[in-house]
Amino acid sequence: MTPLVIGIGNPERGDDGVGPFVVACLEQEHLPGGGTLCLQGDPAELLPAWEGWQRVIVVDACASGTEPGTIHRFNAATTALPEVFGAVSTHGFGLGAAIELARAIDCLPLALTVYGVEAESFDAGAPLSHPVKAAAETLVQEIMHMIGEATCTKLG
Amino acid sequence: MTKRTIKVDYLARVEGEGALHARIANGQVEHVELNIFEPPRYFEALLRGRDFREAPDITARICGICPVAYQMSAVHAMEAACGISLPQPLRDLRRLLYCGEWIQSHVLHVFMLHAPDFLGCDSVVEMAKTNAPLVQQALRMKKAGNAIIAAVGGREVHPINVKVGGFYRTPRRDEIAALRDEIAWSRDAAAEALQWAAGLDYPDFERDYQFVSLRAADEYPMNAGRIVSSRGLDIAGDAYEKHFAESHEPQSTALHSHLIADDSAYLVGPLARYALNFDCLPADVQAAARAAGLGPVCCNPYQSLLVRLVEVFYAFGEALRLVEAYAPPELAAIEVMPSEASGCWATEAPRGLLYHRYDIGADGLIREAKIVPPTSQNQPSIEDDLRGVIATNLALSDDALRQRCEQTIRNYDPCISCATHFLQLTLERDEKGAA
Repeated sequence: MTPLVIGIGNPERGDDGVGPFVVACLEQEHLPGGGTLCLQGDPAELLPAWEGWQRVIVVDACASGTEPGTIHRFNAATTALPEVFGAVSTHGFGLGAAIELARAIDCLPLALTVYGVEAESFDAGAPLSHPVKAAAETLVQEIMHMIGEATCTKLG
Repeated sequence: MTKRTIKVDYLARVEGEGALHARIANGQVEHVELNIFEPPRYFEALLRGRDFREAPDITARICGICPVAYQMSAVHAMEAACGISLPQPLRDLRRLLYCGEWIQSHVLHVFMLHAPDFLGCDSVVEMAKTNAPLVQQALRMKKAGNAIIAAVGGREVHPINVKVGGFYRTPRRDEIAALRDEIAWSRDAAAEALQWAAGLDYPDFERDYQFVSLRAADEYPMNAGRIVSSRGLDIAGDAYEKHFAESHEPQSTALHSHLIADDSAYLVGPLARYALNFDCLPADVQAAARAAGLGPVCCNPYQSLLVRLVEVFYAFGEALRLVEAYAPPELAAIEVMPSEASGCWATEAPRGLLYHRYDIGADGLIREAKIVPPTSQNQPSIEDDLRGVIATNLALSDDALRQRCEQTIRNYDPCISCATHFLQLTLERDEKGAA
């Protein structure tokens, strides 16, 4: 059951680009199976995006007040995300709301892991901050390991 | 003296940041104001000195929900300045693109933001728990609208294929044909959704609106037409600024629009388009509207939900017609040379009339830009609605009245981010009125 990895965020807004950064790193690795895609911050696109995938990994920036670069892991298949991921919304949908909507209409993947990387700055045009870039590199390794295991399991 | 204050500090399920402050004294509505405190965005100043060909892509960034509307008003205004008009096949392609935007914007608003109000739910997530098939159907319709935008515009949000003079690339026939089946399914789904929405309980409230919209010779208006009103105004688009003006109000970073002749408020958007163009809708769309309980004019702002669904049903039908007739135009664009001129144009954004004017130099650089989005034009009307709604619902508890006021604002699908692009440095809050 190889996963789809979705990076959410805008690469032009500093650490908001951590999701797309992780996806770009994974794409360079030419991993067997699985899929990757980036969404620019409208998580309502998530539902059609993961249609047909049983295992999904989402990477997004967050601002929960912890140390920049902290990696938060959530098993969203079983539990709602904390409020910091946007349970309420304006015109768009927060990631948390999009996942809860999917849960309500029975459109969640069987396995859904959400990684939130604590951001330091969302400045326009800025690169990833040092702690977030380091966290992203750790995350890439972790996800590659997960994908490798999934591929081996599938082959075995 | 008894005083009662209704405050909503942060409006939910609208785009942008706004608040409401209403003061009632001795059973009379003393003061109502919609505070818009979304920061100003300076787009008009940002456009000065930029090449006239950049306007569609820069102004598209004003809104992630209705970027096509900004692109359409911008390209038409520039083409008017440069004295060109496009051949029919390119105009048809632009209309198809606009159908996609109306669909995705209206479906988002109707189901995700507005319908929960009528079902007593706090959000679409709560609504989905008891209406899962409906929400699934809505998401599929929205996806069909997004797919139209992606096929014609290059991507779903902030399309990149629109240019002054036409398109950078026209889609192949097979790319457009691939949309057909989902559009056909969605058209049926929209008709079903309209029937469902007809059964909702709408507050009994009507106002004598002064409707303003485009009116085209032979079609429901999107990209072209004269500006008409329900009180007899009938002007060319380039006379807009002779008849409509904007003013600063201290409570808002968005401008308020009014008619110059009598300083009156007016209404743009689905209710206005529908009332002024009902006869331009195809017979089956008119019949569906009537079956949903609508006459040719609807003055109940809560029933804007129904009218949006009529427009969704229409837009899917129109998209189907355009898709089935599509053949790639011979040229993706015609060359446009700049000249020292001024050009203006209004199109029908999902939320209503969207007016652009540009003054450009012979060097092709923009000297001056003016953009009037629908939410600015509707702001006085929103406040008038609120006065009426509060006055007729004084018996409600504060919580219920607050909820009703929020619902009233959401009737407009206000796009506050779109409206706050003008410099306004003072933000005044009336704290003294708090009980």
